[in-house]
This record gives sequence, C-alpha cells and structure tokens, in this order.
Amino acid sequence: MRFVDEFRDGMAARSLAGAIRRTVTRPWALMEVCGGQTHAIVRFGLDELLPPEISLIHGPGCPVCVTPVALIDQALAIAARPGVIFCSFGDMLRVPGSAEDLLSVKSRGADVRVVYSPLDALALARQRPDREVVFFAVGFETTAPANALAVAQAEREGLRNFSILVSHVRVPPALEAILASPRRRVDAFLAAGHVCAVMGTQEYLPLAAKHHVPIVVTGFEPLDLLQGILMAVRQLEEGRAEVENQYARLVKAGGNRPAQALITRVFQVEDRDWRGIGAIPSSGFGLREAYAGFDAGRRFGVREIGGRESPDCQSGLVLQGLLKPRECPAFGTTCTPDQPLGATMVSSEGACAAYYRYRRFEPAEAP
Amino acid sequence: MSADPLTLACPRPLRHGTVQMAHGGGGRLMKDLIEGLFLPALGADPANQHDSAVIEAGGARLAFTTDGFVVHPRVFPGGDLGELAVYGTVNDLAMAGAAPLALSTAFILEEGLPFEELAALVASMKSAADRCGVRLVTGDTKVVDRGKADGVFITTAGIGLVPAGVEIHPRRVRPGDAVIVSGDLGRHGIAVMSVREGLAFESPVISDCGPVHHLAAALLDAGLDIHCLRDPTRGGLASVLNEIATAAGVAIEAEEAAVPVDEAVAAACEILGLDPLYVACEGRLVAFLPEVQAERALAVLRAIPEGAGAARIGRVTKGPAGRVTLRTPLGTSRLLDLLSGEQLPRIC
Repeated sequence: MRFVDEFRDGMAARSLAGAIRRTVTRPWALMEVCGGQTHAIVRFGLDELLPPEISLIHGPGCPVCVTPVALIDQALAIAARPGVIFCSFGDMLRVPGSAEDLLSVKSRGADVRVVYSPLDALALARQRPDREVVFFAVGFETTAPANALAVAQAEREGLRNFSILVSHVRVPPALEAILASPRRRVDAFLAAGHVCAVMGTQEYLPLAAKHHVPIVVTGFEPLDLLQGILMAVRQLEEGRAEVENQYARLVKAGGNRPAQALITRVFQVEDRDWRGIGAIPSSGFGLREAYAGFDAGRRFGVREIGGRESPDCQSGLVLQGLLKPRECPAFGTTCTPDQPLGATMVSSEGACAAYYRYRRFEPAEAP
Repeated sequence: MSADPLTLACPRPLRHGTVQMAHGGGGRLMKDLIEGLFLPALGADPANQHDSAVIEAGGARLAFTTDGFVVHPRVFPGGDLGELAVYGTVNDLAMAGAAPLALSTAFILEEGLPFEELAALVASMKSAADRCGVRLVTGDTKVVDRGKADGVFITTAGIGLVPAGVEIHPRRVRPGDAVIVSGDLGRHGIAVMSVREGLAFESPVISDCGPVHHLAAALLDAGLDIHCLRDPTRGGLASVLNEIATAAGVAIEAEEAAVPVDEAVAAACEILGLDPLYVACEGRLVAFLPEVQAERALAVLRAIPEGAGAARIGRVTKGPAGRVTLRTPLGTSRLLDLLSGEQLPRIC
C-alpha cells in the first residue's frame, strides 16, 4: 500500500536501528508522548530492534485514558436519559466509569452510537429535532478543531438539540508536569506528530530550553519512530536540547492556522483533571461562555457528578512513565481488556492494552 | 506456571448482567458465553467444539451444523443475506470434511417486510444451493410485530456425509503442521462495513461470500492428510488460530507479510483503525496439514478460481499451548491475541 509500506520497510528499519546502535554511548530514556506511537512500537516490536542503552517510556498521550472517571460517569448519566442520542468515538465505549461503561448502558436500552466524526453527530441532530444529540468531545489538540467546527456550525444553524460533553486536553502542560516532577526519568521526548500538525512546533521551544530536553516531533509508522529516536539520541549524545521535526511531511512550524483559529474561537484554556494523574494547570480546553449553550455538562446538570477510581489501578504511574504495564500487579490478572480496572487497559491507544494484546509474556518465554 | 488466560481450564464467570454485542463477536466474550453458560447448561463437551458436529448413525458419519444470519445491510457488494445463509452452513459442513446433503431453513420475518425483498432473498438462497449441489428440504416461518426484528432473520441447518477415513478436527493439529489460507482476508467484513457506515472507497470492496466446500473436497480428493479446516468468519484469522491453538494444545507462529490482504481492504483497515487479521471472511478456509504436503495443497487450491490466492501463512510449533505469535515485517514478533470485545474504530 502506497504511503504505508514505504514506512514499514524491514531493511530501512534495520539500517536505522544500526545507526542508533552506532550513535549511543550511554543509557537514555526516551518518552513517546502519544498512545498511537506506543501501539506502533509494541505492535511492530521496535523496542526489540533497539540497543539495550535505549529505554522507551510510554507517555500520557491517550485521550481516552486520561479522560477523568467523573466525566465518564457524567457521560453515562446523560446517555441513560430518555430522548438522548449519545454519540462517541468507538474507543470510549468500553472505558470503565466508577461502576460500568457506555456499552453496558447501551445494552440496557440507551441510544449510544459510534460515529466517525462530530459532524456525523451534527447531521443526526439535524435529522432528529425531536431528540437531544450529545457528542462526547474527547481528545488532544488533534480532534479539537473538528469539535470546535461542529459547535460553530450548530450555532450558525441554530440547532438547539446538539451539545458536546467536553474533555479536551493539551500536550505541553502535561510535558511540563512530567519534567517538573521530582521523579522525572525522561531524557528526551518524541512529541506527538498529529498534535503538532494542528498546533505547530513553537510551543515546545520554551519547554526544551527551560528543562534542557530534546523534543523531536515524530510520526507514527515504524520508520518515523526509529528516525525520531535516532534524532533524539544524536541530540542527547551531542548535548543539544532542541525542538526538531522528524514528521516534516505533515507538520509545519506554524501548524494549521485556520484550525488553531477555530479552536481559539470556540474553546478557552482551562485547568483539567487527568485520569490517574490529577489536576494539571491550563491543560485542557473548555467551551467559551459564548458557546455555553452547547455544553452538555451544563445542559443536563451533570457537572457535579464525581467519579471513583479503582484503588487497584495504577494507570497514573503508567501514564507518567513511572511504571511499565507488566510491572503492575493487576496486569493480566485482575485487570484485563474484558474486566478492566482502568482506561489504559481498554483504549486502543492505551499502554496496558498494547502490552496485553501484543506482549503479555516476557520475551524469554516466547517459543 | 502462572495463570495464563489462554489456557485456564475453567471458564470465567460472566461479568456483565446483560448480553452485549461483543458476546456475538467471535472474540473472548463469545467464548466466555459459550463456555460459561451454554456448554455447562446443555451438558455439552467443550472438547468437541468444531464448525460441525459429527454423529455416527447406521454405519455412516453425518456432519450436522446450524447457523443464524442477521447481517445488516441485507444486500452488500458481492452478496446478500440469502446466499450467506446457504454458504455459511455449507461451509461449516465442509470444515468437517463433509459433502453437504441437505439444508433446512427457518425465517423470522418482521411485519411490513416487502414481499419483493423476501422473494429476492429466497431466490438467492435457491441459486446458492444449486451452486453447492445441495437441496433445501424443510423449513419454518414465523412473523413478529413490527419493531421486534430487523426485517428478516434466517436460520439454516445442514447435514452432510463425512467420507470414510476422513478425520478433520482441531485435536489432530500438531507441531510441524503448516497453516494455509485459501485466499485474501477481510473482504466480507469491510464490504459490509462500508455499506453500513456509508464509507466510500475509490475501488469498492466486494465480499468474498461464497462456498468453500469444493476447495475442501479438492484437498481431500488429492489424498492430502488434512488435520483441520476452519472458515475464518467472525473474529477473522486471528480467532481461528487462537481457537485451534487452544483446542490442540499447541502454539502457532504466523508470518504477517505472508498473509494475503487486498490493497483496498488494507487501506480501509488503516483508515478505520482495524486489523484485517480480525475481520470476517465468508468464502475462505484455513487448512492445517503436515508441512511436507503444504506445497501440494497450495497447488491444488490455486488450480481452483476461488483458491487462486491461496498462501502459506504460518506453522504449528511445540510452544506454550494456546499461544499465537506473529512475526512482523520488521523481523520482530508479537502476540496475536483473541479479540476483546468488538473491534471499535479509534479516535485519531
């Protein structure tokens, strides 16, 4: 397949891995920020190709995983209301709230639908003026423009039966929190390519300078990741701490200006809770006051609903790179994709799900 | 050895209070439902699970199977519900090495279904049965109130004759066997999904919906020692390999680059965040047979139009029972697990 096979070429991968081996002289810990990158690493076994000096730490960049339990509970409460059509990306349906997930509510009769875009939910709202259509607006900066567009469009059309439950998060404050932590283990970041396609690379410059940490904006295919690792290792070995762009075929320094303008028009920066991690200042987007009428949390009066996390779930440590999924005592025993304790075990971008699915056993156990 | 979810002998208790969609998805939840509820309640032997049961009667060995068909949309690129109902059951018989003899069918019709549509489905069933050389000999009709069913549900059952000396069952799979597929994978699931979700691709994906009994018969007629056959329907190839590895107490190693997947199917899967190894086929078979016979089996399959895309995709090893690993194009390897729940499209 064009534009895919080229980036999964075995020969090129081995040659990049060889270059990394020749460059590295001491141990380095690299964090890939995005859950999509984590899955590619584990699915393609990229860590097996790396020299032992390089350890990859899996970052917090899975929007499903960091959506607070309270918000899942609010979603469940809204979805269970008669007359509501609750629309979500498929990923969110299996994520456990305090007691259950959206699939369970659906199986009891709630109208929960998987959509591929917030604009699908908007179309549904137009077709069904007799129903309240709610979209679960989850994601990093990548999905924020489309959600902003849906709200702006709904306002223009005067659609009164459309609203969104917002749980948008921003990458830079999360990286700041990780770097400022006394338990910091990260020497360099592979930043999330798709987030940067929207936001550009500029907002990472102060982070790299302040914490003297290399940040390489990286794509999602095996060769992207290996090249990103090579670029980060070269910086580390040479004592540089710059923002570099491996994913130049998609990411421009300034990002996507019209998309940024849409975000700014509809959303404002807010403090936000991250599941398993806690509150991070300025780390989310919420609807501006002018669009408060589209805020499902307000419309359905569910904003006071709080959540209760399983005491056995250590996903917060996993999301901060302080614990590998297999090091968690619950991994594969009391916590599996069928009976998850936390979101990292069910999201298609969750680190625990990646390890369960692709790497449940020690490599030494492999036949 | 530590608790290994793949080889735990006792089924896990059903956690959710109600049936969910994934309980019919061919993955881990469906396995839980069958092993945790149906088999114990019906007193059936879990070791006998296969696509058809084989019953000895009057000196003959009869294969017997049944299947319900609820696909939506009822007409999709490359087939419809009527054909599927015939091919599905014929194929399940063929997976026991049986030549299909006769089918029964039961219709559950929703009030308000246009006769025109019903007639078209039944005509499809007839032509599919003719193509397979099998007769529909008995049937049943029920009508339910509008809103109590999705237009029409069709159930078929079939019997077939297993030739003397043919013994096709997961328990015969052993280390050293080769794993062969009869063609490219994932067409049916993507064809149905593209209609259901209104997705348009540059080149439309056509379902592989069709019979495979003649492929199975050709393998047997060639004198090959076929250990097991399976059609990779719900849950796709990954589920077949996991089921067989568990049932036979062996490990299986598959080669990702060797698995044939049509370009358009692969592209659709990339866009939707699906893995073609888990996507359903309705006209393919997976065969397990001794490695030394693999090349001959491929030649036999490739001589038949529906088997032209046959490929050898892996081998059975002595590794930990139930473990399926996949060698990636980069030369690394990973688990190929049973699906948890349904495959759900991702966020970004």
